[in-house]
Amino acid sequence: MKDFEYAAAKTVDEAVGLLASKGDRAKVLAGGTDIIVQLRETGREADLVVDVKKIPELVKYELSPAGGLKLGASVPCYKIYEDEKLKSAYPALADSARIIGGWQIQSRASIGGNLCNSSPAADSIPALIVLDAKCHIAGPGGRRTVAVAEFCTAPGKNVLQQGELLTALEFAPTQKGDGSHYLRFIPRNEMDIAVVGCGAWIRLDASGKTITAARIALGAVGPKPLFAAEASTFLTGKPATPETFAQAGELAKKIATPISDMRGPAEYRTHLVGVLVVRALTKALERATQK
Amino acid sequence: MTKKLHVTTTINGEQTEFLCEARQSLLEVLRETVRLTGSKEGCNNGNCGACTVLVDGLPVNSCLMLGVEAEGCNITTIEGIGETQHLHPLQKCFLEGAALQCGICTPGFIVTSKALLDKHPNPTEEQVRFELSNNLCRCTGYDKIVRAVLEAAKIKQTV
Repeated sequence: MKDFEYAAAKTVDEAVGLLASKGDRAKVLAGGTDIIVQLRETGREADLVVDVKKIPELVKYELSPAGGLKLGASVPCYKIYEDEKLKSAYPALADSARIIGGWQIQSRASIGGNLCNSSPAADSIPALIVLDAKCHIAGPGGRRTVAVAEFCTAPGKNVLQQGELLTALEFAPTQKGDGSHYLRFIPRNEMDIAVVGCGAWIRLDASGKTITAARIALGAVGPKPLFAAEASTFLTGKPATPETFAQAGELAKKIATPISDMRGPAEYRTHLVGVLVVRALTKALERATQK
Repeated sequence: MTKKLHVTTTINGEQTEFLCEARQSLLEVLRETVRLTGSKEGCNNGNCGACTVLVDGLPVNSCLMLGVEAEGCNITTIEGIGETQHLHPLQKCFLEGAALQCGICTPGFIVTSKALLDKHPNPTEEQVRFELSNNLCRCTGYDKIVRAVLEAAKIKQTV
């Protein structure tokens, strides 16, 4: 690995200033589990690495029944699934945090980092999409927010401009009757990259039988994680039954444009979308009716 | 000459200072500067866990952390887990259960298992297998490792 300068920013403004001063020769260091490998193995270079874990705003989260969740971009994964309240309010997020790498990765890696790395197969992104997270971004021109479904643009690419930093992810409060789940298909038991990933979120009416809103998102079946709009809208007003879930699965398959690679051929991946949508919705329903 | 950074940290209970380049991993610093060579370099990209150390009690791949990030941290390496005359129950059970062959993965397995037993003193087999999923062994097929960890948990409970 070529040497670089290291700076631990103490504030968002300082980090933005440092990042802006070096353009694309500056890289953000949160958990480091992607960037260190990229600098070492893939020929990516940096003149400056800006550690953002000393910025209080980035390493804390606030959770309240009325205010929802504001998750600092550098909060490590383990903090998410070890917080029972957070886990029960946003289960899809905790599901993904629990399977990104293994324990050693989860001790360091953050959801914000997983999002900014922008892999089409990133486990947290379908979960973020179904939970409709809002990305808080700070940059030389001030602060802005972007819906997470619009954040990634291509493999490894996203809407962040030079000098911009993801500071937090914001989630709306949950209600009684909400349930969500993220799961992926991998040939091993753990520690693998998704062949297909799928997130689902549903909201049930007071009877607990009818869906009033739903969101489905897919990973590893396109150049970026995808929001399955038609499948999601279809479920609104429908009974939460295996039949409607299967129909949503068929609709979700329509947006899958996977590649064939060592993890699986395109046809197989498309088939898996139908299977995983049903499984994700079934688990989301179970959770929605538990509360 | 590359600029070196001064880092103050605690390693195995002792305050330790070292100089490192920003690009150097914690693993590289531990092995080559601090001369604690128990942590092994396997894949050097976070898959195998042979370099696992505890940072503030949490298992971390030391190949995926910069030495400079260790400033102010409390680090435990395999050298801090037991002593030759007073082995940790995990070390004893790995030896007695033949839970190793070539031994390269063993320091990482023992360090992660230490964190596991600190968190779950009486783990199920499933917990052991899940939490050790970031540690790879190409010799044993894992069964003896899992049994050694479960055995160590039993011994720790009775001590």
